[in-house]
Amino acid sequence: MNKVRLFVPLILFLSICGVGYVGFSLDDRHQLPSALLGKPFPEFHAVALLDTQRRISKDDLLGRPTLVNVWATWCPTCKSEHNELLRIAGGTDVRLVGVNYKDDSQQARNWLAQFGNPYELVIVDEDGALGVELGVYGAPETFLLDQSGRVVYKRVGDVNPRIWRDELQPRLAELGVQIDAGMMSSR
Amino acid sequence: MIKYITMLIVLSGILGLAHGASTVDVLTFDSEQQQRRYKALIDEFRCPKCLNTNLSGSDAPIALDLRRSVYRLVRNGESDQEIRDFLQQRYGDFVLYKPPFAGRTAFIWLIPIGLLLLGVAVLVALQGRGRRQQAAGLSAAEVQRLDEILANDD
Repeated sequence: MNKVRLFVPLILFLSICGVGYVGFSLDDRHQLPSALLGKPFPEFHAVALLDTQRRISKDDLLGRPTLVNVWATWCPTCKSEHNELLRIAGGTDVRLVGVNYKDDSQQARNWLAQFGNPYELVIVDEDGALGVELGVYGAPETFLLDQSGRVVYKRVGDVNPRIWRDELQPRLAELGVQIDAGMMSSR
Repeated sequence: MIKYITMLIVLSGILGLAHGASTVDVLTFDSEQQQRRYKALIDEFRCPKCLNTNLSGSDAPIALDLRRSVYRLVRNGESDQEIRDFLQQRYGDFVLYKPPFAGRTAFIWLIPIGLLLLGVAVLVALQGRGRRQQAAGLSAAEVQRLDEILANDD
């Protein structure tokens, strides 16, 4: 009995190590559950980046599955995911909507002219107010909305081929989005 | 030489002030009570971008935005709980340093109580053992005498 007792501190120590190992290997910033998941996209009113006369509201996001991508020209990761967004825009009939987050509108227009525009519509969110409504804490973030405007998926970080294959493609297919044969990839 | 040292001290003072002021936003309030509430609230919430800093202590742009939101809500006359709900609905439990007691968070709330009970159990066990060991070396008369002394002590 006493011999078993001698090992109690060691066992305690090892279990603390175990908890620490698991805890610290969780990348918890990227695993923050979005508070919006399963909830309707918030109401908003804003102007369009490429047509500043045009007023945009939540109604412009309804009726079809929509990917809402929060981006800015000051965000390097946004640049690195840009090609993947162009590929998705070209190879599917999902509606891609950009939220130009805390950015300079003129710079943003230049950026789209230079690198290509994957978006059907870009919402100007110069002061980040829509970002707060969406719970955005770092660009890029991408939300998938179903026809009724409910958020069914959220990605914090870049959209890359792996995210496309594992996360977006199956969800888009489920929502009835047409996907070109060239975009279909098997796991 | 002394001149240089004085200059250094003054300069470091200025830099220190500038640093201290980095997260101070210039805001106006209707009342002192409003200002106190604002300060308490931004101390209470955790910045979503930084892993362990509150809103008042962070220079991250998102913390500035959220301070502005809290400011707007305080000015609009929303209650503390309404402001908590506002942030929690958008950023989840993560922004709350005091998460609500729920199924998912029960574990972290119950750990301290569990540890306290464990500590009490260990203490009781040790004391019981100590008393038995002490008593072992004494005769029945000595034990009785000891109890009397202990009882008189109060």
